[in-house]
Amino acid sequence: MATDEREGGSDRIETVEADDVDAADILGSAIERQEDPSLLTGEAEYTDDIQLPEMTHMAMLRSQYAHARLADIDTSEAEEMEGVVAVFTAEDLDVSGALPVGWDLDSLRNVDNPIMVEDRIRYQGDVLALVVAEERYQAHDALDAVDVEYERLEAVTDPSDALAEDAPVIHEEEGTNEAFDWDIGDADDTEAALEAADNVVELDVTNQLLIPNAIEPRAVVADYDPSDDLLDVQMTTQNPHVHRLLMAGVIDHPEHRMRVRAPDVGGGFGSKIHHYADEALVSWAAKQVERPVKWQATRTESYLTDAQGRGHETHGEIAVDDDGTIRGLYVDTKANLGAYLSTFSPSIPTYLYGTLLSGQYEIDNIYCEVTGAYTNVVPVDAYRGAGRPEASFIIERLVNRAADAVDMDPAEIRKKNFLDPDDFPYETPVAMEYDSGDYHKTLERAMEAVGYDEFRERQEQAREEGRYLGIGFSCYIEACGIAPSELVGELGAGAGLWESGLVRFTPSGTVRAMSGSSGHGQGHDTTFSQILANELGVDYDDIEVVEGDTDAIPQGMGTYGSRSAAVGGSALVESARKVVEKARKIAAHQLEADPEDVEFEAGEFQVAGAPDRSTSIQDVSLEAYLAHDIPDDMEPGLEATTFYDPSNFVFPFGTHVAVVEVDPDTGEVAFEDYVAVDDVGNQINPKIVEGQIHGGIAQGVGQALFEGAEYDDNGQLVTGSMQDYAVPKSFHVPEMETESTVTPSPENPLGVKGVGEAGTIAAPQAIVNAVVDALEPLGVDHIEMPLTNERVWRAAGGGDD
Amino acid sequence: MYPDQFEFHRADSVSEAVELLADNPDAELIAGGHSLLPTMKSGLASPDALVDISDLDGLSGVERNGEVTHLGAMTTYATVADDDDLWEDATVVAEAASQVGDRQVRNRGTVGGNIAHADPASDLPAAMLAANATVHVHGPDGERSVEIDDFFQGMYATAAGEEGVVTGIDVPEEGENTASAYVKKPAPASGYALVGVAARLTFDGDEVTDARIAANGVMDHGTRLPAAEDAIEGESVDADAVAVAGDAAGDSLDEYMVMEDQQASQEFRLQLLSAYTERALETVGERAGHM
Repeated sequence: MATDEREGGSDRIETVEADDVDAADILGSAIERQEDPSLLTGEAEYTDDIQLPEMTHMAMLRSQYAHARLADIDTSEAEEMEGVVAVFTAEDLDVSGALPVGWDLDSLRNVDNPIMVEDRIRYQGDVLALVVAEERYQAHDALDAVDVEYERLEAVTDPSDALAEDAPVIHEEEGTNEAFDWDIGDADDTEAALEAADNVVELDVTNQLLIPNAIEPRAVVADYDPSDDLLDVQMTTQNPHVHRLLMAGVIDHPEHRMRVRAPDVGGGFGSKIHHYADEALVSWAAKQVERPVKWQATRTESYLTDAQGRGHETHGEIAVDDDGTIRGLYVDTKANLGAYLSTFSPSIPTYLYGTLLSGQYEIDNIYCEVTGAYTNVVPVDAYRGAGRPEASFIIERLVNRAADAVDMDPAEIRKKNFLDPDDFPYETPVAMEYDSGDYHKTLERAMEAVGYDEFRERQEQAREEGRYLGIGFSCYIEACGIAPSELVGELGAGAGLWESGLVRFTPSGTVRAMSGSSGHGQGHDTTFSQILANELGVDYDDIEVVEGDTDAIPQGMGTYGSRSAAVGGSALVESARKVVEKARKIAAHQLEADPEDVEFEAGEFQVAGAPDRSTSIQDVSLEAYLAHDIPDDMEPGLEATTFYDPSNFVFPFGTHVAVVEVDPDTGEVAFEDYVAVDDVGNQINPKIVEGQIHGGIAQGVGQALFEGAEYDDNGQLVTGSMQDYAVPKSFHVPEMETESTVTPSPENPLGVKGVGEAGTIAAPQAIVNAVVDALEPLGVDHIEMPLTNERVWRAAGGGDD
Repeated sequence: MYPDQFEFHRADSVSEAVELLADNPDAELIAGGHSLLPTMKSGLASPDALVDISDLDGLSGVERNGEVTHLGAMTTYATVADDDDLWEDATVVAEAASQVGDRQVRNRGTVGGNIAHADPASDLPAAMLAANATVHVHGPDGERSVEIDDFFQGMYATAAGEEGVVTGIDVPEEGENTASAYVKKPAPASGYALVGVAARLTFDGDEVTDARIAANGVMDHGTRLPAAEDAIEGESVDADAVAVAGDAAGDSLDEYMVMEDQQASQEFRLQLLSAYTERALETVGERAGHM
């Protein structure tokens, strides 16, 4: 197996240096990421790289069992060990210590989520005790000396088992494991549509639990200064301000005396949005010992505690007439929420899932019911895609089944039911208003790139030779930049979903911009600098973007849900435009002209029709700070802040096509081709877009073929390390052909949509559809993910059962 | 994870290493560390002491005498996999070494450490069985040679015993009429062999006169497949004979002892064994110019 030599695709986008790009073209150029030199040379500073004087190390004792009573805990031996500074258990906590949930639903049974457990253990990641020691090894050694007596309880890990009548109840005070019961769409109309249609096709699918696998496991360094009651927390976070707000309540520390910073953060995929017990405990412990405290999760600890994604058991029914017209869709989902509610977990299998079930299609009747279930697994929350992959998976699998039922080509049935470009804005039966789209275009480009007609001929020939080729389509839609705040408030969000952006000129004419987005690998320094260079007409290199510091940035909601360009980027655009307007007034004053007569282009203010009467924005900046000669009633300085609240979500879309060959003797799936045609609106930096698509597809390949968090009957995580949990390697990922179309979003000043999750949303059903298509002659109509070799082999008729 | 505390001894000679092992019953040898350290970090192993032999002279390198290739125990996988002569003289060994882990692992891990550790899913055991290697062991009673067929005894158990140090491996050179191959189905997560099949065939014209076929990942240690060997001996390597040998691959194994884990059931492992035995034989046939 040639694992080390792979040729890069010949059609990759070439990067350019900012210096080589004309100012007018800066937006939309594939500028080299300015972040990469420090990341690639080891200069980047991650949380675990931080060293503070007198710093201590913390380790947490977690449970041997997923469901138990904590009968007794004895820390006396651990306390005596060399280097141990302190050992704490729940009875030492003098703060509320309850993790909050940031999204409410009408039927939600909220439950206590303590940062250390005193009595009842509900999953393996629950913290029973923590050790603070001089050295990291000493802290871990001391954990082994803590004596714990458990009374074991029966565990339950699947939502359907947890919702069964005889299931062990995880939160006894609730008397049930049902966390919520939610629905969207019209039940009666949908039932009638299903009854009236020529055909109804059903499908049961499991969308398995996935471990997020950020390359940097979570970590925290907290430093407390008792003299002024200041708590300084540096941590792996996608949203420092949200963490500051939530943690202030959990450890009863005033928010204005807390600083939360994100150093370089090695990925998140959603797992660093949520407020976990760990950061609260590290911060609380730093106050107790009055020394800096550092905690770095091990990989296995991450596997046990990082909120996992997906975890759906879904029954779907699609109604289709003989001519291929889709009449209705009914979806019933049981969603695994894990042991407690994580920060935004109630929103993921509801408003980020049920609302996307119309896909790219005009479906007049849709009804979706979701039941949330508490189980003895780690809390389940947002993971790259978050609800939208689950929606796209069930639709795209059902559409394929509908095509089979009416003997129609899978591409044709999609085209027949697509929304047309002039249907937008389009209101779905599940409460979304799509902004813009051209779904025919992405499908047709993908069919052309993959050589669809020729493929069907080859497939036919191959079948005659006993070889099994298959093709799978995924025409996906996603919703990014969840908004506006008033709407999400009505839906239950405990937060607004705006973003802040501050643009500040220095007197010498360079720019510092503060964004409440909080990148963790995406390349915001590069893309936001491109946006501002374009708006302000200053050199790309004269712009510094600051993120991830609650002291420096007015406020922020952070980076997730592919929102940073659409919401964070737009906030910076609006601030830049405010700055330009103020600068225009100063320029007009200096040039003795009416502001309305002063034009601004490429960083120069010029009186219309008088090219010699001009001044640069840099000179204006100096004048603004000198304030010797600015308009009356104007404050000195040149900066502006915007809290940008979008009018709607944005809706990227596209078509992915997988072509595979399946060996029924071994269940092995080999990619022959993978084509992705995505439309993410206007592109700020096509290279970064391409990278996001590539990485997203890789994660989608992981879900389709390899990944899955497995728990045994006792709720123990069986896939507890990378030895057992298959994150795809480079040689597992196909060569990809990526193309784009551009349908700008009318909802924001950049016309951008979002790209962070597109590949992950699109890929799984393209691959599953392809494998099922390949094995169609053997009577295969569905295989559950991950499509392990053994599952494929059995589906193809191998084995005894 | 963080390993428990342990003592560390650096041996200055093989005899000192043997003595240190005898004096410290819970000690483990450490060479490249690529089998032992992961188990210590994950808490699966917690030795009281490590005896480090990585600085010993004379234990690493490849030597030839025209009949056998001697691989010093401390020779890295990378050295073996990059040895062009070995690809000629004992293809199956070079090919198996080239499939161990990734480049970083191959640059540090050692061939002696591999077979001494005797992980049932590792790549070298079946290759050494197919190549008919001889293992040199230095134990409390001095030096001895162990035929490879007698070496692997169980999961992580070998004829070297707890106190023996593997010092080198002799691999016979394949003659002109012999060809070999190693093919592997890696587990997607770990890269270890779900099934790996090593085959070495000797031909008289088109006819196979001698077959040594062995598998990793199927039983609790690397294991010969006598039924497959019998099936192919006396035959030419054509599609029919390969299919018969593939079908027979599992016949000589105790079915109840076949490995089963979350990656693959017993039934599927045996299916993979058949498929990969076929692929191994096809590859050898192609290399010998008979397919």
